[in-house]
Amino acid sequence: MEDRSILELREMAQEYKYDFKDPYLYKEVFDKGLNEEKVIKISKIKGEPEWMTEFRVNAYRIFISKPMPTWGNTELLNKINFDDIHYYVRPEDDHKTSWDDVPEYIKKTFDRLGIPEAERKFLAGVTAQYESEVVYHSIREDLAKQGVIFTDMDSGLREYPEIVRKYFGTVVPPEDNKFAALNSAVWSGGSFVYVPKGVKVSIPLQAYFRINAKNMGQFERTLIIADEGSEVTYIEGCTAPVYSSQSLHSAVVEIIALPNSKVQYITIQNWSKDVYNLVTKRAVAYENAKVGWIDANIGSLLTMKYPSIYLLGSGARGEIISVAFAKTGQHQDAGSKIILAAPNTSATVTSKSISIGSGRASYRGLVKVYKEAKNAKVNVQCDALLLDPESRTDTYPVIEVHQPNAAITHEATVSKISEQQLYYLMSRGLTAEEAKTLIVHGFIESFIKELPMEYAVEMNRLIALEMEGSVG
Amino acid sequence: MLKIINLKAKVKSLDKPILNGVDLEVKSGEIHCIMGRNGSGKSTLGHVIMGNPDYEIEEGEIYFNGQLINELPTNERAVAGIYLAFQNPIEIPGVTLANFFRYTTKKFYPENIPYPQIRKKIIELLGKFGIPEDTMRRYLNEGFSGGERKRIEAMQVLVYKPKLAILDEIDSGLDIDGLKQVVRYINEYVEQNPESSIIFITHYSRLLQYLNPNKVHVMIGGRIVMSGDMSLAKEIDEKGYSWLEGNVVS
Repeated sequence: MEDRSILELREMAQEYKYDFKDPYLYKEVFDKGLNEEKVIKISKIKGEPEWMTEFRVNAYRIFISKPMPTWGNTELLNKINFDDIHYYVRPEDDHKTSWDDVPEYIKKTFDRLGIPEAERKFLAGVTAQYESEVVYHSIREDLAKQGVIFTDMDSGLREYPEIVRKYFGTVVPPEDNKFAALNSAVWSGGSFVYVPKGVKVSIPLQAYFRINAKNMGQFERTLIIADEGSEVTYIEGCTAPVYSSQSLHSAVVEIIALPNSKVQYITIQNWSKDVYNLVTKRAVAYENAKVGWIDANIGSLLTMKYPSIYLLGSGARGEIISVAFAKTGQHQDAGSKIILAAPNTSATVTSKSISIGSGRASYRGLVKVYKEAKNAKVNVQCDALLLDPESRTDTYPVIEVHQPNAAITHEATVSKISEQQLYYLMSRGLTAEEAKTLIVHGFIESFIKELPMEYAVEMNRLIALEMEGSVG
Repeated sequence: MLKIINLKAKVKSLDKPILNGVDLEVKSGEIHCIMGRNGSGKSTLGHVIMGNPDYEIEEGEIYFNGQLINELPTNERAVAGIYLAFQNPIEIPGVTLANFFRYTTKKFYPENIPYPQIRKKIIELLGKFGIPEDTMRRYLNEGFSGGERKRIEAMQVLVYKPKLAILDEIDSGLDIDGLKQVVRYINEYVEQNPESSIIFITHYSRLLQYLNPNKVHVMIGGRIVMSGDMSLAKEIDEKGYSWLEGNVVS
């Protein structure tokens, strides 16, 4: 049975230095399906402190007690067979995925995006490791000099147990939702970032990440702590499609932005188009802190992801900019949650979705203003672009306001590409497809300009690729 | 270069005939002016030549360099060498002028010319037409003044170097100095590209004093009812269109 996947391989790439004494124990753990005993064993294999083992067990109990969500795309959700999933994968060095097994469309995308050869094989799970270049080591050293911690979550727990214990699971508790509970029970990988007081990290923490795709995984767990007055930008994912034979990706990301800090978290999600991407992302922002989620969802079968910002300190600000591409067969159910619980807090949400063919994009948003949030301000703008007659978009906004002087605006637009826009661009030589692609670029320009240059370039190429053959 | 025979076309959505049998021949290197009142069909003629999907050809033929182009997609007409400067250029939100040119020039310039070189030339041309360089970062036609739109539409003749440029009401929205400047560069273009032809579509005869057209046509009721030289334009200037309307039996 060919059940090795890129996820396993990524795990392999993590080079765990564990003592494998009992081969039978591992065999059991690596089987499909989950129970309490397995959760404990995962924690033991990783050599975790007891509190984490207890955290996992408690989360597992919550996971089994919580029903499946009864909202969103329940039809697809109910197709998930939890007994048919590997919850922990074996860190060993050999690998069996062959380049020939990688789907043609993934290879083609690598080509078109100009992903370097070595990186493609890594992304496709053909090689377990991707050679780090010297430049990345020097970046790592620079960060270390400033006291910045940037490591994978497992190492973070081993090396900085007291910081991890203080914050882990405080922003997204296992009780939050069924998939957050599942992640809490079986998490592996992800990133741990701590930026000390007053340190401004000048480069986005991404150059790394691109080559260290090992930080991505099926149940990754990321924790970012920006201490007072610090600044950091974190980039997750890459435009290259991530091929996986595992069908469920359920991550949790927690951000703690302490007073006067700034955190920007950029995601470009491009899972292969058979993956369930059910992710909980949440940030808390204290006094005068600023948090931004810049979130693009391009791949996956079903994505359910609603980046949230809890503005807990006075003057805290939040920004969520998201883009969703839903092609035929895909459902991007994305959105945002903004909770304003302190005076003078403000947030803006800009959501752009593009539905192609019979693709479906949904926006689900919550704005909640507590009584304490005097002078709170929120602007929500949702724009949907439908490319084909069978394309679908839905908006489910919820606005709950308990502070009478809060200023809340919510605007939603649904548009189609006008025939006259196409004609105008075609009169300058562009084909209908090129014209549509350019119009789509324009539609998401406000997102693209938030990206670092090389990501913006790749994102543009990716859009062109996604648009290919989309003109009937 | 361009030969139109008995062209009849209607607005698709309204099923309303606009062109009622237009005949027109433009030879290589010629400058033509098509004049007429609002609603005479002169702008529609430009759009039908370009292939605007709002209109449907019911009868007649359009030949470009000997090829029947009635069914040719708009982009292929453009690449073949037809350019239409829109009277009302369309706004494309989020698409910068720079991006627009990056994509469109690919269709008209050999691949071995690097884009920065083309870009430099475009900025130079924009400058010539009185458009500052930072306009490249603005979104296509969004919030552009009437004058800016017209200058940029006209300036693209020099970018794409078409065999046939149709300039639709290029004079409206431009002040007299702007108009002189635009016409000067178009005249220069024709001098430097003696094979290329230009059709000016205009309501007013004020444009004509800066041109030396080979032919002047008058459209009324979706047909070219009279063709002549500059003296025809002068007559219209003096007597107005009603003089002609009186003479036309339709």
